[in-house]
Amino acid sequence: MAKPIHLALVGSPNSGKTTLFNALTGLSGKTGNYPGVTVDRRRGHFHVDDKEVHLSDLPGSYSLHAISEDEAVTSKVLRGDMDGGIVPDGVVFVADATTLERSLPMLADVLHIGRPTLLVLTMVDELKVRGGDLDLFKLQAELGIPIVGVVGNKGLGIDDLRMRLPDFANWVQPKTLPERDTESRFAWADAILEKVTRHPLSESPLTRRMDKVLLHPVIGIIVFAAFLALFFQAIFSWAAPAMDLFSGWMDGAADWVLATFPESLMTDLLADGVIRGVGAVIVFVPQIALLFALIFFFEASGYMSRAAFVVDRVMGWAGLEGRCFISLLSSYACAVPGIMATRTIPSPRDRLATILVAPFATCSARLPVYAILISAFIPDTQVFGPFTLQGLTLMGLYILGGVSAVTFAAVFKRGMLRGASLPFYLELPPYRFPSLKSVVLQVFRRVTVFLKDAGSVILVGSIVLWFLLNFPRHEAPADVSPALAHKAQIEQSYAADIGHALEPVFEPLGFDWRINVGLVGSFAARELMVSTLAQVYAYEGEDEDFAGFSDLLSKPDPETGEPPMTFASAVALMLFFVYALLCLSTVAVIKRETNSWKWPMFMMGYMSLVAWVAGWIGYMLAS
Amino acid sequence: MNPLPDVLTIADLPRVLVGKVLSVEGNGKFSERLRELGFCCGTEVRFERQAPMGGPIIVSLRGYRLCLRISEAKQIRIEGMAGLGGIG
Repeated sequence: MAKPIHLALVGSPNSGKTTLFNALTGLSGKTGNYPGVTVDRRRGHFHVDDKEVHLSDLPGSYSLHAISEDEAVTSKVLRGDMDGGIVPDGVVFVADATTLERSLPMLADVLHIGRPTLLVLTMVDELKVRGGDLDLFKLQAELGIPIVGVVGNKGLGIDDLRMRLPDFANWVQPKTLPERDTESRFAWADAILEKVTRHPLSESPLTRRMDKVLLHPVIGIIVFAAFLALFFQAIFSWAAPAMDLFSGWMDGAADWVLATFPESLMTDLLADGVIRGVGAVIVFVPQIALLFALIFFFEASGYMSRAAFVVDRVMGWAGLEGRCFISLLSSYACAVPGIMATRTIPSPRDRLATILVAPFATCSARLPVYAILISAFIPDTQVFGPFTLQGLTLMGLYILGGVSAVTFAAVFKRGMLRGASLPFYLELPPYRFPSLKSVVLQVFRRVTVFLKDAGSVILVGSIVLWFLLNFPRHEAPADVSPALAHKAQIEQSYAADIGHALEPVFEPLGFDWRINVGLVGSFAARELMVSTLAQVYAYEGEDEDFAGFSDLLSKPDPETGEPPMTFASAVALMLFFVYALLCLSTVAVIKRETNSWKWPMFMMGYMSLVAWVAGWIGYMLAS
Repeated sequence: MNPLPDVLTIADLPRVLVGKVLSVEGNGKFSERLRELGFCCGTEVRFERQAPMGGPIIVSLRGYRLCLRISEAKQIRIEGMAGLGGIG
């Protein structure tokens, strides 16, 4: 078979590059995702007749003179400094037909590199609707390179484009090019456009009307608040039924394994270690899919840049920009999709600062832990009106998380992540509506990548945890109840050894070894705290029966005469949970998004320290 | 209202409404980026709107619209266009 053809897709943000990439590659062939704080690009393979085409989708950029690592990828790939020295055979330059005045100067820079280049004009339908008319034949003659007009989201012109891709050898090079400096390139572009424009385009009336409302100083804020409400609602409630369904399936599968296979350690490992462990990740899939569908829709439609404009002032105080807000907000549901959403932040420093604080946002996994501790130790007294002390405590914990996230972001941006920040500029593209197909493809890709990467870390982590809790083996006499047998097993497990070993560390916070075992358990995922504690205290009721379990925690133990937990240690534990990074999925996703273990390790370090100090202060004040 | 300063920048655009770019201050990569966004000598820039309380400003140029913070806007020198309230 013939050698594959390597082509690179280059263009500015909002030029319709992603839509075009999706239209060309579809789900056929392999699509990889090459992420990181610095690098984010995708590659797709497809066939034209018998020729294999490898298409790299490079980060959208306004220039080849990179001011961020992300943008540097484009010029590196074009020069063959990446991908093991493969220089692309040809460049497909994507330009929005309605903003050629800005994109042609960048094309001049790409042409200077000297690779065969094809110009794809997107949004040609919008150009017509807005009254613009270009002489494409003349433009082709002036530029000296072939041009294909497409409407990506309707699939028009895609087949024509596909057929021309293997023909890169005939993408002739232009005869005349301007000097490389910016002024000359813009003058060159202006001169060409003057010759080929038959009728200039007017502003999009729909966009003008929508912006009158959405950017209005008062109405705009109200719409923005509604947008936030919708976002929260979607993540908290709409995803919940699907999440319950998934978690039900996982429990069902684990129970089925336990019932079907002979009782043995292997069966136990498969059910409790593997299936429930991986299930903890799969449960997030509906939430992540919904979140990405929403984020992609708002990005592609153009509302995200309007929302960033509306909140830029507030985020500016923390040294962040408007787009960081979206990630922090998503993290209130779950830090995993929130951290993945930081990809829309162009500045690597701002992106990193957002990742560093995102786990402080009160994610839904903390709720069961807070709920148990509050109902056990906070009196249900009325404070004023309908507000009770319990409700206010919960609200306080939620607010504390958000305030801490923004404060720590401000600290990082003024300290470690200080330095010349990127100039803040944001294009406000005309409102456009993405096709359903393109939303579905985007969500599908994100979810597969998440499952593959976070899933593998969680799998390893939960097997290790299962081992720690179940070894060395304790053979219980046949006449004790399963809960007591389990308790005895845990008491002599490696996890208990770790719990005892941690006693000097957590003694100032009032935690005994049993709470420490709970912490070891919750390291895989916060919500495991409750079930691990239930095992440690041999609680025999249902996991979800909060009242019974709360009683067990706060009432004196008949054996020792002491309650397992005191008010002060409960306060310390809640504060510890506000700050500690107890979630393997989050650690895995941080590793994935920053492309190194350095940042997840740093975060575990500083967040544990902050958590310990906060817990200690809480313990001192409460006792 | 204060009189307009002698040297106008995009930050003054809310009062001047339309201006022509004279130059972008500085030689760093960031100034270069502003030029590459289309703030070249002679480019016409039109005021669109500003967020309340000194927030970012939206301008239109070269057939598209861009949102800038005031600190970036101050780097771009303009001249007002005659007959539109500027000081030509």
